[in-house]
Amino acid sequence: MIALLLRDLRLAVRAGGGFGLGLAFFLIVTVLIPFGVGPETGLLSRIAPGVLWIGALLACLLSLDRIFALDWEDGSLDLLATAPLPMEGIVTIKALAHWITTGLPLVLAAPALGVLLSLPPSGYLWVLVSLALGTPALSVIGTFGAALTVGLKRGGLLLSILVLPLYVPTLIFGAEVARRGAEGLAVQTPLLMLAGISFGTLALLPFASAAVLRINLR
Amino acid sequence: MTVRDLAVGRGGVPVLEGLSFTLAPGRALVLRGPNGSGKTTLLRTIAGLQPAFGGTIEGAGERIAYAAHSDGLKSMLTVTENLRFWAQVFAQSDIEPALDAFDLRGLEDRPAATLSAGQKRRLGLARLMVTARLVWVLDEPTVSLDTASVARFAEAVRGHLAEGGSALLATHIDLGLNEAEVLDVTPFKAAPRVSLEDEAFL
Repeated sequence: MIALLLRDLRLAVRAGGGFGLGLAFFLIVTVLIPFGVGPETGLLSRIAPGVLWIGALLACLLSLDRIFALDWEDGSLDLLATAPLPMEGIVTIKALAHWITTGLPLVLAAPALGVLLSLPPSGYLWVLVSLALGTPALSVIGTFGAALTVGLKRGGLLLSILVLPLYVPTLIFGAEVARRGAEGLAVQTPLLMLAGISFGTLALLPFASAAVLRINLR
Repeated sequence: MTVRDLAVGRGGVPVLEGLSFTLAPGRALVLRGPNGSGKTTLLRTIAGLQPAFGGTIEGAGERIAYAAHSDGLKSMLTVTENLRFWAQVFAQSDIEPALDAFDLRGLEDRPAATLSAGQKRRLGLARLMVTARLVWVLDEPTVSLDTASVARFAEAVRGHLAEGGSALLATHIDLGLNEAEVLDVTPFKAAPRVSLEDEAFL
């Protein structure tokens, strides 16, 4: 399992691995927003938490189809399925690798990009916390979508359509934590809901992903 | 490994039925049959990638090392990294014998992307030796290999059989494995009918 994680991380940072893809997209979106909505800091700081969350979510979405597609194309997914690793373990490791290469850089970059959106000082901590807590859920749900669409040519569109509705609860509560934090309000309720979604998906979805992957490999 | 009255199919359509054979340790079985006769489907079923339509397979599962048409190589990883990864997956550590057996010396640090088709195939087959599994299930293992490499591969299979392993191969060419039994799958062709159940939910 560790070998699989290390291999995926190594592949991600090598040429063509798409490590910087999500991060670059996140950067572009947040840089472009002030140009689009105008330089009024009051408006920007009000929408900053939501914009950061939507940017992170779309950046996450961008790299989802790579989770299984590359392994499917070169046949390693078939070979992994016949290896002594449990399929549930494989999909969990795949989601973890996706989070480390996509989610974690987004979490770390978000406070820096918050400056561009004149995020209120009280918001930095909560943007960081909400993204750190919410992005694992995005990766796990995304892995489920990727498992559903593996083997489909140009499955990216279907993947987005399948996954986006599933992302909505995470987005609502994640952005709510960040917004309330930025405005200095109590964050406990949405934070607990966000944590519930993350841990719930983490506990349940790998089994669903493994089941659909087995069916798709037939 | 024992297969009894096995029926396999692809996409809900039965392909082969009534297939029975035994593969004893130290033995090799070569599957023959024209294109589309169901050799790949049979091997995938035995490897556990798809469920059988009927019949039983005993002694497969965790004892199988499966090699398909594609080699499962990562083009951005070197030969050693590719091989070491699969060795670790199968909880093995020694990749040296595999490098020797398939003449991959001198290519160790080359990214798999820069290998020729035959070299990739050799690396894909070398993977079998680091799995430490008893039953090799091979689907057209000799595609894009030259005659010298085919001989080398036959030598590796012979070595595996001598160590008490067994091999099930689907191939069209003569490997020079005189001791191997041959099974033609053509007579086991299933009568064409469409399954009523949706196989996705079986």
